[in-house]
Amino acid sequence: MKYYFLCIAISFFGITNAQNCSLTFLGEITDFHDASPISAATIYIKNLDRYITSDIDGKFKIEDLCEGDLTLVISHVGCETKTVTFNMNSDLFKEIALEHHIEELGEITVKNSVARKETKTAQETTIKSKELAKYSSLSLGDALKEVSGVSSINTGNTIVKPMINGMHSSRLLILNNNVRLQDQEWGIEHAPNIDINSANQISVIKGSGTLAYGGDAIGGIVVIKPSRSLLKDTIFGKTTIGGQTNGRGYNLTTSLNSNFNSGWFANIQGSFKKNGDFKAPDYNLTNTGSQSQGLSIRAGKKQFESGFEIFYSYVNNEIGILRASHIGNIADLVSAINTQEPLVIDDFSYDINFPKQDVTHHLIKASYYRRFKNFGKLSLQYDYQNNQRFEFDVRVGSDRNKPALDLTLQTHTLNADAILDAKDTYKLKFGALARYQDNFANPDTGVRRLIPDYERYDFGAYITSEWDISDELLLDAGIRYDFNRIDAKKFYQTSRWEQQGYDQDFGSIVIEDLGTQLLTNPVFDFHNFSFASGLKYELNDQSFITANYALASRPPNPSELFSDGLHHSAARIELGDLRLDQELSNRFSASYSFEKKRLNILLEAFYNHISDFMFLQPTGIEQTIRGAFPVWAYQQTNAALYGIDFSANYEFNDVLSLLNKSAYIKGDDLKNDTALIDIPAFNTINQIKYTNPKWNGFSASLKSEWVFEQKNYPDYNFETFIASTNQTVLVDISTPPGAYHLLHLYSDINFDITKHTKLNLALSINNLLDTNYRSYLNRLRYFADDLGRNVMLQIQLNY
Amino acid sequence: MKTIKYLFISILSLATFTNCSSDDDNPPPVNEEEVITTLRVTLIPQGGGDTVTLETRDLDGDGPNAPVVTVSGDLAAMTTYAGSVVVLNELEDPADNITLEVQEEDEDHQFFYTLSNNSGVTVAYTDQDADGNPVGLAFTLTTSAASTNNTLTVTLRHEPNKSASGVSNGDITNAGGETDIDASFPFDVAN
Repeated sequence: MKYYFLCIAISFFGITNAQNCSLTFLGEITDFHDASPISAATIYIKNLDRYITSDIDGKFKIEDLCEGDLTLVISHVGCETKTVTFNMNSDLFKEIALEHHIEELGEITVKNSVARKETKTAQETTIKSKELAKYSSLSLGDALKEVSGVSSINTGNTIVKPMINGMHSSRLLILNNNVRLQDQEWGIEHAPNIDINSANQISVIKGSGTLAYGGDAIGGIVVIKPSRSLLKDTIFGKTTIGGQTNGRGYNLTTSLNSNFNSGWFANIQGSFKKNGDFKAPDYNLTNTGSQSQGLSIRAGKKQFESGFEIFYSYVNNEIGILRASHIGNIADLVSAINTQEPLVIDDFSYDINFPKQDVTHHLIKASYYRRFKNFGKLSLQYDYQNNQRFEFDVRVGSDRNKPALDLTLQTHTLNADAILDAKDTYKLKFGALARYQDNFANPDTGVRRLIPDYERYDFGAYITSEWDISDELLLDAGIRYDFNRIDAKKFYQTSRWEQQGYDQDFGSIVIEDLGTQLLTNPVFDFHNFSFASGLKYELNDQSFITANYALASRPPNPSELFSDGLHHSAARIELGDLRLDQELSNRFSASYSFEKKRLNILLEAFYNHISDFMFLQPTGIEQTIRGAFPVWAYQQTNAALYGIDFSANYEFNDVLSLLNKSAYIKGDDLKNDTALIDIPAFNTINQIKYTNPKWNGFSASLKSEWVFEQKNYPDYNFETFIASTNQTVLVDISTPPGAYHLLHLYSDINFDITKHTKLNLALSINNLLDTNYRSYLNRLRYFADDLGRNVMLQIQLNY
Repeated sequence: MKTIKYLFISILSLATFTNCSSDDDNPPPVNEEEVITTLRVTLIPQGGGDTVTLETRDLDGDGPNAPVVTVSGDLAAMTTYAGSVVVLNELEDPADNITLEVQEEDEDHQFFYTLSNNSGVTVAYTDQDADGNPVGLAFTLTTSAASTNNTLTVTLRHEPNKSASGVSNGDITNAGGETDIDASFPFDVAN
C-alpha cells in the first residue's frame, strides 16, 4: 500500500517535471440558453493569478500554458460565476456556457423575458409576471390556464383548483417560494391558499419531472416564485387597483421591494379583494360573494457565497357558496337538475351568508445556503404552515352560526439540499426531508368529523443528476424514496364499521367501544419509490426535442382513507377505505419545440398509466330518514391518461400575431372498461393580437375559447322514487353539458409618468357576448349557469 | 456567522414552541346534535276508534342501516283523523325533541303530506305560522272508501317558498328549500 502511494506521488512529480509550457487555450463564452456570445466576461486564471476579459465574440485566448489542470473562474454581470477546470495536455478549444438565471444573483435588471426554469428536460411552461398581472383579481387556478393542457376543476367560480393533464388535488404539488403547500388539498372544494399577487413567476411542470419536491406528483408540479432580489441599492414598488362589473368587485394590491448592494433585501406585499354576488347572463348567483386578503413579507441577505431568507405569508379567503347548491336529498337534486334556473335567486348583495368557507393559511419559512469552492451549494430550510378551515352549512336552531367543519392542519418541514456543480459537464443534486403534520378536527361543531384527528410523519431522500453529454444532448435522471406514516384517531359508527367488514380485518385497532360508535387507531406506513429520467436534444438552432419517463408513487390521502359521511352539495354519501394502497404512475412524455423569429411551436404528448388509481365511484344506495342517497366509495382501478397539448404563436408582422393553444386528453378506466370521470374535453383557444410599441405599447387582443362537449364519460346515472310526483325518475348526474364558445377581449396601454414611474392601464371583457354556458368541470353545473359578461378595468403603477 | 446562529436558534425555538399540540389523549366523540332519528305521526280518529301511529326510526343517521318504518294498523274508511307529528333525536338521552325547534322557526319549515294516487285520502293543514302560512305540525286526515297498497310520504322542508303556487295547500311541487326528512309509509284503508 505504501508503495502504491509512492508510485502515485512519483508519477505526479513526473508530470509536473516534464512540463510542456507552450500550450494554448482558446475559449468562447456563451449564454447557456440562446448560445449567444457573452462579451466582457471576466476570466480569472487561477494557475497564473491573472485576469483577462472575453472579446466582442465572447472569445478569449490564453497562451504559454503548462500541461496539467487549468482552472478558470468566469464571472459576468447578470450571470452566475462559474468555476471550470480543464486538463491541458494539448492545445484546447472549449465553449463555456454561463447560466444567467438559476441563481438569483448579480442581476442588474429584472427582465421579465427571462424565465427561470426548474427543469431541463421536463414539460415545463413558465408564466411570467406580465401575464400574471392580468389575473390580479382572480385566482391561481385561473392564471394557470394560460398553459396549454392545464384546466381547472371548479366549485362555482371562486373555488378554482388547477388541473394538469386531467389530474388535480393530491396529484399536484404546489410550491410557494420553495415550500410545499400543505392546505388540505385533497378536497375538490378546497382551493389552494395562494395569493396570486404574491407570485412573480409560476412554472407548471407536467408530470413529476423534478424529484426534489416530492415523489408523488402524478399529475404535475406548480412552482410559485416571488420576485428576485437585486444586488444594488434600489427601492421599487408596484400598486394595482382593479374593478369589475360582474360581482361589483374591487381589488387592491401593493408591493414594495428594497435591495442593497450588500445583498440585503426586504419585500412586503399586501392585497385585498372583495366581490359581491356574481351574475350569470340571466340571473344573480345568490351567495357567491367572496373576500380575500393576503400579506407576505420576505427579508434576508443574498450573496454569492452564502445567504439566508425569512418569509412569512398570510392568506385568508372567505367564500360564499351558491345558496341553491345546498340541498337536502336526491329529490332536491332532481328538481335542481330539472329546473333551468337556480331555486334561490335574490337581489345583489355583498353579504356572504351560509353556506360558506373561511380558510386562513399562515406560512413561515427560514432558509440558509452556503457555497463551497470546488464543491457546490448546500441549503437548509425549515417551514411551518398552519391551515385553519371552517366550513359553514345551512343549519337550524342554536347551531345556526356554528361551523360544520373546523380543521386545523399544522405542518413542520425540514429540508436539506446539496448541489454539486463544480464540474462543467456534470451536476449532482441530493437532499433529504423530514416532515411532521398534525390535524385537529374540532369536536365542538356538533357534526361527526369528516376528517379525523391524525398525525403524519414523512421522511424523504433523493438524488438527481444531470450530464451534458455534448453541446446538443443533455441527460438527467433521479431517484427518490419517501416514507409516510399516518397515525389517526377516528370514530366509526358501529354499523358502518361492520358494513365495511372492518370488524373482520381491523378488529385490533379498536381502542374504545362507545356502543353506537367505535374509537379506532389506524396506523399505516407507506414506502414509496419514485424515479425520473429525461433527455433534451437540440436538433438545430431553432428546435429541440425532449423525452421523459417518470415513475411516481402516491399514498392515499386522509380523505381517501377516512371519508365517511354525507356530502351535502353533492347529495351523496362518500366513503373512504382503510384498505387502500398507494397508486403508481408510469408517465412517458415527449415534446418538440420550434422557435424562429416569427413562429413558435410547442407540441407535448404524454401517456400516463396509473395502477391502483384511487377514485370515487357509486357503489349502491342507502336509505336514511332524509330519503335515499347514492353511496360513492373510493375504489382502485388501473387508469390510462393520454393526450397532446399544442401551442403556437405566429407573428404576421411587427404588429399582428396569432396564437393557438389546444389540448386533447383521454382518460380510460382500464379495469371497468369505461371512461374516467372529470376529464376535460377537447378545447382550443385562438387569439389575434395587435400591438403597437409606438402608441405607448398599446395592445388589443381578441380571444376565442372553444370547449367541446365531453363525449367520454362514465355513466353513473341512477333511478330514484320521487314522492311528490309519485314517480320513479332517472337522476342524470353524468351527462356533461354541451359545447360552448366564448369571446374575451383584452387591451392595455403603458404611460411613462416620470422616469421611474410607469402606468399600465388594462381593460378586459370576459364572455363578451354574455353567452349562457355550463362547464363539465364545475361541480355546481347542476344548479346554475356559469358567469356572464364581466368588464374589468385595472390600473397598475410601477415605481 | 452570528446572524446564522440567531436564525437557527429562532427556528429551533419556533419548532419546539409549535410542536406542543401532540399528545396521546383520545379525542372526545361527537354526538350529532341536529340529527333527526325519528319521525312519528299520530292520527286520532274524531268520534272514537283506534289511534294509528306511523313511525320511522334511523338510529345510525347517515350510516348504512336503513330506517325502520312501522305502521300500527289500518286506517278506518270514511273517517276524519286529527293528525300531529313529532320529530326526535333519540341519540341523545333523554331524546331531544326537535319539534320544538321547528315550532320556533315555523316560518322556515313546512311538513308536506303526499299521498299515492287512488288512496282517496286527503290532508288539510290546521296550523299557521306568524305569516298565516301552514306549518303542518297539526292537520286533519280524511279517508274515503277502503283501499290497499297506499303510501303516505311525509316531507319536512327547510326554508321552503311558502308563497309559491300551491304550497300553502300542501303541494310540494313548487316548494323549493332543502329536505330534512323524507319518509314514506305504506298503509291500507279498511272498512
